[in-house]
Amino acid sequence: MIVGVVKEAAPGETRVAATPSTVRQLLDLGYDVVVEPGAGEQSSFADQAYADAGARLGDPLAADVVLGVNALAPEQRDRLHEGATVVGILAPALHPELVDDLARRPITALALDAAPRISRAQSLDVLSSMANIAGYRAVVEAAHVFGRFFTGQVTAAGKVPPAKVLVCGAGVAGLAAIGTAGSLGAVVRATDPRPEVADQVKSLGGQYLSIEDPSAEVSATGYAKEMGEDYKQREAQLYAEQAADVDIIITTALIPGRPAPRLITADMVASMRPGSVIVDMAAANGGNVEGSVAGEAVATANGVTIIGYTDLAGRLPAQASQLYGTNLVNLMKLLTPGKDGQLVLDEDDVVQRSIMVTRDGQLRWPPPPVQVSAAPAPTASPPPVEATPEKAPLTPGRRLAIVLGAALVLFVLLAISPAALTVHLTVFALAIVIGYYVIRSVHHALHTPLMSVTNAISGIIVVGAILQIGQRNTAITVLAFVAILLASINVFGGFAVTRRMLGMFARS
Amino acid sequence: MITIATAASAAYIVAALLFILALDGLSHHETAKVGNAFGIAGMSIALAATIALAVDRRIEGIGLVLLLVAMLIGAAIGLWRARVVEMTGIPELIALLHSFVGLAAVLVGWNGYLQVEGDPGGAEAKSLNALGTLGIHHAEVFIGVFVGAVTFTGSIIAYLKLSARMKSAPLVLPGKNLLNLGALVLFVALTVWFVISPALWLLVVVTLLALALGLHLVASIGGGDMPVVVSMLNSYSGWAAAASGFLLENDLLIVTGALVGSSGAYLSYIMCQAMNRSFLSVIAGGFGIEAASGSQEDLGTHRETTVDEVADLLSSASSVVIAPGYGMAVAQAQYGVADLTKALRDKGIEVRFAIHPVAGRLPGHMNVLLAEAKVPYDIVLEMDEINDDFADTDVVLVIGANDTVNPAAAEDPGSPIAGMPVLRVWEAKDVIVLKRSMASGYAGVANPLFYRDNSAMLFGDAKDQVTAVIAGLH
Repeated sequence: MIVGVVKEAAPGETRVAATPSTVRQLLDLGYDVVVEPGAGEQSSFADQAYADAGARLGDPLAADVVLGVNALAPEQRDRLHEGATVVGILAPALHPELVDDLARRPITALALDAAPRISRAQSLDVLSSMANIAGYRAVVEAAHVFGRFFTGQVTAAGKVPPAKVLVCGAGVAGLAAIGTAGSLGAVVRATDPRPEVADQVKSLGGQYLSIEDPSAEVSATGYAKEMGEDYKQREAQLYAEQAADVDIIITTALIPGRPAPRLITADMVASMRPGSVIVDMAAANGGNVEGSVAGEAVATANGVTIIGYTDLAGRLPAQASQLYGTNLVNLMKLLTPGKDGQLVLDEDDVVQRSIMVTRDGQLRWPPPPVQVSAAPAPTASPPPVEATPEKAPLTPGRRLAIVLGAALVLFVLLAISPAALTVHLTVFALAIVIGYYVIRSVHHALHTPLMSVTNAISGIIVVGAILQIGQRNTAITVLAFVAILLASINVFGGFAVTRRMLGMFARS
Repeated sequence: MITIATAASAAYIVAALLFILALDGLSHHETAKVGNAFGIAGMSIALAATIALAVDRRIEGIGLVLLLVAMLIGAAIGLWRARVVEMTGIPELIALLHSFVGLAAVLVGWNGYLQVEGDPGGAEAKSLNALGTLGIHHAEVFIGVFVGAVTFTGSIIAYLKLSARMKSAPLVLPGKNLLNLGALVLFVALTVWFVISPALWLLVVVTLLALALGLHLVASIGGGDMPVVVSMLNSYSGWAAAASGFLLENDLLIVTGALVGSSGAYLSYIMCQAMNRSFLSVIAGGFGIEAASGSQEDLGTHRETTVDEVADLLSSASSVVIAPGYGMAVAQAQYGVADLTKALRDKGIEVRFAIHPVAGRLPGHMNVLLAEAKVPYDIVLEMDEINDDFADTDVVLVIGANDTVNPAAAEDPGSPIAGMPVLRVWEAKDVIVLKRSMASGYAGVANPLFYRDNSAMLFGDAKDQVTAVIAGLH
């Protein structure tokens, strides 16, 4: 089958659905690849590079499988031949008219952005790969506008405090922004309604600000949900406090299929210091920030810049194309089980079913819901194992009681035993204590040599046998002979092998 | 006035102190060799003093000859084994050596019976009777034989399991805990009986009982719990020696036995902590038997990688941590791993090793293998030393380890290994897992690590794959 790669028709689109390196991977799957001339121009991939990778330059719309970044323009759709498959970021939930149009045509349409958020589908999760880039770029845009360093410095010309960055929403984009801002040296804080992301925020060097809520929930869909009134009040209060304190705010809050939640009000923006920067990554869906304009950077009366670019991922076209292209290759791998260049769709596969918008002119949208668990949902978790009782640390009182109890037992034992035995028991008890303290400080790496040396010295039992042998009793002598032989193996073997092992330990 | 007897007592005290110094010396790498030398010195003094004492007690000429012959044969066998043993075979050797101590303790106990109880009119019995400790002697014989016999068969089974001559899966008899408990109760009853009226048949019965108990005890424990079992047997062999010391009224034996006994017990304790399990639950066995819950759930797909990708990843890393497990020992991959370490360090890449306390089949097993392959010991770190550094690590290579790097232990409260401290390798940027297949580890628990975004699997024999990666680096 032939795979076509289109030159994006949408104005301002810089990305391309395949790069020379993903073309090679498509060829490996058995497909022929046709690339529209000039398709990679905006992403710095020359036509020649595609040709060198093994692609043909020509008309992609005549191909069996048409790969694009965005949905094809209507005039492009008209030129598709019957039975063709188109793949792209179609956003079917937001564009019902597009879905209707696709369903009228004898083609199959796959919306890569509709892939469910399950582990298996992660390699083709285009939203994540684009959000990652966008999160990075959001910080770069903010840094570009921000008139100061991100990192704190002490220089001969004075002390520079580090910039304070607040990231609202710790999804993929938010985490990328946290990591990027942190690596530039800023102090990064992050908020998110899902308490389970606190560790992820921390792992990237950010500080998680929790909006305390007794009914804090674990998300079942992998996305944050809209929250209750009470919660919103606390949230607003937190944002108001933070806005007055931080230099940069990056908002990433998006709920699929709904307008973006309003997180930052005009009052909060007004409370920020002049020169502060806000990047509203949800500007395309209405914006998290009051006053943000989709696709533009605007300055407020008090000198705060609100950046509402909607093409953040596209501003790193080469990178975005490479990741998107790889997402597509992973999809094609899934759809080409025979690696023979034949596209096979399997509606029983939840991933394939989820991205299917139409199939051969039949409407397949919306797909049945998929229960996704980023973290195991409480209902799906295994039946509660009885909570293993935490071992309570010994209280001084209990410790004392145990020691006294042991002492009492020992006392009784010694008191009733004959004098001759008492001496031995004393020696025995003291030796145990000494052994415990000596062993406790042994380095973990030396445990094996320790075992072999204790093994050797437990061969000391040979002493007993030596005193028994040759005392005018044949049976005893025979048994003692065997005991001496065995114990000697231990003594000599144990020390020798320890010596050999210790000889191997060397410092660099 | 110095007599041979007082000189021997003095020598015994010196020997006991030298043994303590020996164990103390093993605390640190720098002093370990000196420690071993102290041990040898202590043993030489003890042996010389004992032989002198035996001569003083008018040992028969033939007895003296036999003594020397036995020691020579034993020394020859011991030195030979120590020279030829492979470092991967150390666990087996140590288990086997434990069994010798156990058997020797049984024989010494039997001799004690023959000398005293078997000869009620003899000088020994009379002198004990005069002291009023004859009853105690009965008990000592019995206890010494029991502990020795349990150690003997237990160690033999451990040896067979470790050397793969026996299936390492736990043996599950119905009511196995009751069997163990019943044997102990029976032992106590027999001891009381024996103290009241010593008889040869009772000694035979208790010997058989103890042999069976040792057999069952270790047979019902699986291969992965062997670090605990081996250190437990180490402890038993110490107690066996101490019991013989009481029997022979020999303080040197008591001191040494107690030292070894408490050392083994402490090691077992460390191992159990590392698995977050109580000592009793290890002895009662049955890790793998508990249903491997959660393994049905869809963990997603794993990503397979290639030798070239791994080599690229490693060359571009600035810090690498290698987490080895039993699989490295099985594949004999330690030399390859050491070469890889050297190649990476030559490129200026920081390489460290993360050793889980129960990695391998013996406490400290991995350290010995890496030392054998000349990996410098100061880059071989223990779990607590390195666990916080994984987040700053570029690449973690997991070689033949599974349960010790399982995130389920930390994150899934329903997992059978929940709460077990593990190496948090998944916090690193990239994790490469070298493994033969997707099979679960000893605990039979699926490992979500393999399905993480930042993990990739490199299948195949660890030794071959490591060698190939080294070639890819050049």
